[in-house]
Amino acid sequence: MIRLSGIEKRFSGNTVLKGVDLVVAKGAVTALIGPSGSGKSTLLRCANLLEIPERGTVELGDVSLTFGETRRPSQTDILKLRRRTGMIFQNFQLFPHRRVVENVMEGLVTVQKWPKERARARAMELLTKVGMAEKAEAWPATLSGGQQQRVAIARALAPSPALILCDEPTSALDPELATEVVDTLRSLAAEGATMLMATHDLRLARSVAQHVAFLEGGEIVEHGAPDQLFGAPQEPRTQRFIQSLGA
Amino acid sequence: MPDWLQLMLTSLWPLVRAGLIFTVPLAILSFVFGLLVGLLTAVTRLFAPGPLAAIAIFYVWIIRGTPLLVQLFVIFYGLPSAGILIDAFPAALIGFTLSVGAYTSEIIRAALTSINKGQWEAAYSIGMTTRQAMTRTILPQATRVAVPPLGNSFISLVKDTSLAAAITVPELFQQAQRIVAVTYEPLILYIEAALIYLVFSSVLSVLQSRLEQTFGRYGGFMERAR
Repeated sequence: MIRLSGIEKRFSGNTVLKGVDLVVAKGAVTALIGPSGSGKSTLLRCANLLEIPERGTVELGDVSLTFGETRRPSQTDILKLRRRTGMIFQNFQLFPHRRVVENVMEGLVTVQKWPKERARARAMELLTKVGMAEKAEAWPATLSGGQQQRVAIARALAPSPALILCDEPTSALDPELATEVVDTLRSLAAEGATMLMATHDLRLARSVAQHVAFLEGGEIVEHGAPDQLFGAPQEPRTQRFIQSLGA
Repeated sequence: MPDWLQLMLTSLWPLVRAGLIFTVPLAILSFVFGLLVGLLTAVTRLFAPGPLAAIAIFYVWIIRGTPLLVQLFVIFYGLPSAGILIDAFPAALIGFTLSVGAYTSEIIRAALTSINKGQWEAAYSIGMTTRQAMTRTILPQATRVAVPPLGNSFISLVKDTSLAAAITVPELFQQAQRIVAVTYEPLILYIEAALIYLVFSSVLSVLQSRLEQTFGRYGGFMERAR
């Protein structure tokens, strides 16, 4: 389970998150939706401390880190939390100088200090799972966007993270390629992965998430089950946003 | 056989020998040390706290802003007045290392900052420390970017080592001067010296394109404009 409480984040005096609370239960998938600049990506990046919040608490399993004016967690604590999460980026961010299988092995070998052979076996297992095993020796630059994102998913899964963060995982893909990524994420969710995703992709939010939170202006305006939030939003701001999506 | 060819042939080995004993080691050693200084300087400028970064900036400013020949004179002829005596070869080595360090630090800094911020984040997201992200993810990609300009620096350096003649290092060019002093044939000898430098640089150019291929084998960037 991940619990974010009272998360505040400012960028050069501009408050991007105004004390956000969010819980994702173990095995659940929560989607963050909202207009650009609503803070959904920032909130996601606070969960693995790619952004350090000014205030608030991030709790994942037995790691709990509190931020405040006088409190700054050590680098060791930050790494400890990060090593329990995996992240999928909008632009994949595979390591271009490493082959597909090496991308998936990288965290296991460098961070977890696994022996190479064991890491390779685990990587091949994950590549098979995302349907990329036959491309194990390819360079990332030779793959389509959808294939790269599936490799990125395998890389994020490699150390068996307690939480998977997805930052607009389908936004850089055309609809056809997005489908293969949505399918992969859906099967992950079905296997009981805990996920938090920021997305514009209604299909992704609807078909994968059990819970949707709508953010605007740095706060959660409304949250609920996808059918409820998309079908019968309560707040006028949510209604306007859902309408603008043309859904 | 014409006299000029005879002269070129008899002076060939003394010149090449001076090149192999002094020019090549001076160039290689000062480039290797210079690269280390350059990497350290670049990393200091990018990551170290203000005062250290300021020292790095100051160093680059001084070295780039003053002539290399003057720097060599300061080290070899100047420092003895301050009680610091350095032999000719080590003096040249120090001078060239400092020079290479300053120029390559800018190349390395540019190469490091050219790597997308997302690559740092990807490295951090799998739990890497800053040092791991740097050595495993950023540096290898930055190397590909840096090889062509570093190759440039190295070739420049090989030619610049002729300045060491002015501080009594008996390298290739000084050897040519010595032969000229005896034979009074400056045109022939200096052209011959120039040709030997040309051979050295050409070998290096080939080496550079090999390195480019090795570090760029993963693709994903434009190799040739079409």
